[in-house]
Amino acid sequence: MIPEIGHFALILALCVAVVQGVLPIYGAMVGNSALMAVAKPAARAQFLLVVIAFCCLGYAFADKDFSVLYVASTSNSQLPLHYRLAAIWGAHEGSLLLWTLILTVWMFAVTLFSAHLPETMRSRILGVMGLVSLGFLLFMLTVSNPFERLIPAAPEGRDLNPLLQDPGMVIHPPMLYMGYVGFSVAFAFAIAALLGGNLDAAWARWSRPWTTVAWCFLTVGIAMGSGWAYYELGWGGWWFWDPVENASFMPWLAGTALVHSLAVTDKRGGFKVWTVLLAIMAFSLSLLGTFLVRSGVLTSVHAFATDPKRGLFILAFLAIVIGGSLALYAWRAPRVGLGGSFAMMSREGMLLANNVLLVAAMGSVLLGTLYPLFLDALDLGKISVGPPYFDAVFVPLMVPALFLMGIGPLAQWKKAEVPDLAKRLRWAFGVSVVTALVLPFVLGAWTPLLSLGLLMAVWIVTTAVIGLRERLAHVGGKSLLEQVSLVPRSYWGMLVAHCGIAVFVVGVTMVKGFETEKDVRMNVGETATIGDYTFRFDGAQDVVGPNYTAARGAFRVSLDGRETTTLYPEKRRYAAQNQVMTEAAIDPGLLRDLYVSLGEPLDEGAWSVRLYHKPFVDWIWGGCFIMALGGVIAISDRRYRLAWRKQEPTVQPSAGTARRKVA
Amino acid sequence: MKPRHKRFAFIGLGLLVLGVATVLILNAFQSNLVFFFTPTQVASGEAPTGRSFRIGGMVEDGSLVRENDGLTVHFIVTDTAKRVPVTYKGILPDLFKEGKGAVAQGQLIANGTFVASEVLAKHDENYMPPEAADALAKAKASGAQQSKSLVVPQGKKESL
Repeated sequence: MIPEIGHFALILALCVAVVQGVLPIYGAMVGNSALMAVAKPAARAQFLLVVIAFCCLGYAFADKDFSVLYVASTSNSQLPLHYRLAAIWGAHEGSLLLWTLILTVWMFAVTLFSAHLPETMRSRILGVMGLVSLGFLLFMLTVSNPFERLIPAAPEGRDLNPLLQDPGMVIHPPMLYMGYVGFSVAFAFAIAALLGGNLDAAWARWSRPWTTVAWCFLTVGIAMGSGWAYYELGWGGWWFWDPVENASFMPWLAGTALVHSLAVTDKRGGFKVWTVLLAIMAFSLSLLGTFLVRSGVLTSVHAFATDPKRGLFILAFLAIVIGGSLALYAWRAPRVGLGGSFAMMSREGMLLANNVLLVAAMGSVLLGTLYPLFLDALDLGKISVGPPYFDAVFVPLMVPALFLMGIGPLAQWKKAEVPDLAKRLRWAFGVSVVTALVLPFVLGAWTPLLSLGLLMAVWIVTTAVIGLRERLAHVGGKSLLEQVSLVPRSYWGMLVAHCGIAVFVVGVTMVKGFETEKDVRMNVGETATIGDYTFRFDGAQDVVGPNYTAARGAFRVSLDGRETTTLYPEKRRYAAQNQVMTEAAIDPGLLRDLYVSLGEPLDEGAWSVRLYHKPFVDWIWGGCFIMALGGVIAISDRRYRLAWRKQEPTVQPSAGTARRKVA
Repeated sequence: MKPRHKRFAFIGLGLLVLGVATVLILNAFQSNLVFFFTPTQVASGEAPTGRSFRIGGMVEDGSLVRENDGLTVHFIVTDTAKRVPVTYKGILPDLFKEGKGAVAQGQLIANGTFVASEVLAKHDENYMPPEAADALAKAKASGAQQSKSLVVPQGKKESL
């Protein structure tokens, strides 16, 4: 009964989505405010209905209702409750429901925080989001219904893929989807602006916080996925340039470009057409990511669907959304106008260069991801494009972007003087170069890449310090505390996010430069040494978990004869699917991770064992979280809070200028 | 600068970045594309020596031999028509099993052994790497069913 309620709620949501997608946009076109007023209640109703559907599916999982096909195929009666609930998005149908739920969450948020928007704008935004949601609901109800019954009911469910039985799994997909789907708001803003033909600084200021929030979620989501791969796959890698990872990384690159381009549109009224295009691009790439990951085109842990109808539906949906919005763009963009002029050597110029580099990087990732698929589809042979390709293309494109990241925030808008910049930045440059040359020797090995990585990281931090000092001196204020509080939060946010990049770069550089890996056979009592640490294998014991049995090895780790920790990696066998899984044991630390995973049992209690010493690896994810924190600080800026608190009937461009001075 | 000049400058900049990116991409493609060959193709000498490529197929039943160091393994990858001996030093992925599909990346050495630098992990018991499935399908289509000792998984892609 409960699953049918869920199914019915989805059908109702589809009906509401039709109304929401058609009436408000038409109303905005003909200027009928009664029709436009439909948008808000419709979005809220849709939110409620999808929440009901989601809860129904959750109930079916909690209740172990194996008469629901989806529940039977992704959970098991022995699976603990929290994983049964996480199994809602453990496979194809449910993750689409999660996607739709999050889309309606964003819609609901738009209805809450859009009091200051003109009514035509708001109804167009909600209308566009309604249309997107229509596509997803239609998809679920036609070819991928999570509430489909299995009659007769299965006596026992197939288990959730053991790889996904992990706390990271509980939180990674919702975070990632919040990011993916969050770009739908930026997309809806862009389409609304194209439909209305007016795109001014106020428009950019409205859509900026939404984009930043989505970007933060996406950053955290990707970092969590990377962390999950690190400790769950047992290979010690944190990024494999796997097509599925690329699928989430491409929207991130486009989204990062969008965040920066919006800053120019907001502050200077420039880059308008480009910003709109980026917004379309970011969301299209999110959809493409869904297509790649969920259609079964790519085979990986994420690909569930093998039904070609689904792939076809997503492909058609993709074609309609991307094709439609680009057609609209081509038709309407000339109306939007280009925006103000500026010199090459200016903050706009640098941000433009940053955008071009980010988009070029995105394009190279896209090519490397899709090229094998094209060749395969055309039957021209099977190839794979591996990490060396991406490293060879991505690093050279990102190095100039990182370099500009140091200069950009210090350059004046409109026109900057090179000698002036050089003078302000000379000691940052000196410190960076000296550190980059000397530090690797201190650490024990000099390689060009190590030096380059450190150069970039130190450069970003030192230029940020200079920028902050100038800013503090500029704002006036008597005490340091007062100065600090006078600097706008959006500026702090930018600094923090950029420093997050520096932290990330340090992590990547140090791991690449100094990690050590060892595959060894270890008898009981034998020791192995890696990166100053000595591991002693104390044998493996059998342990029993809720839905698995495991061999648990014990490794005593010592440094200079002092015992530091004991690690317990496991080799688990999950009963339901008779699947073996490695559960690595990690001793995390600020400066290094120690990582042990069990290979195979050999004779006489010996095991093959994989040992890693990974310096600074946690900085990689730390950097991502700092970036996201920067985004959060930026959106807590005063000007957004003011905008949300009270209604601003119609914001004239001049109001934007006035506010800019305040900021 | 006049607006027209500036537009040219921007277009120039864009083209420059595009050009650099293209050069980088072509360069990287040239040296980093990894081609896939079936055991039959390897046996007929189509696969290159001295260059990394991938092979895929079934791990032949009973072919897995482990050396005393516990890490070096030898096994045979077959597409039911031809067999290729593979050597790998390291820890095999969890789901590596005899009679199941596998993909290995590495180089062919003079005596016809494939020295793998990487054996690819699969994510699911029932999942067959597409390359491996493809190799089996091709061999089957050519009707060259010689090796009979194999367990060819039928209906392994059954739906849930």
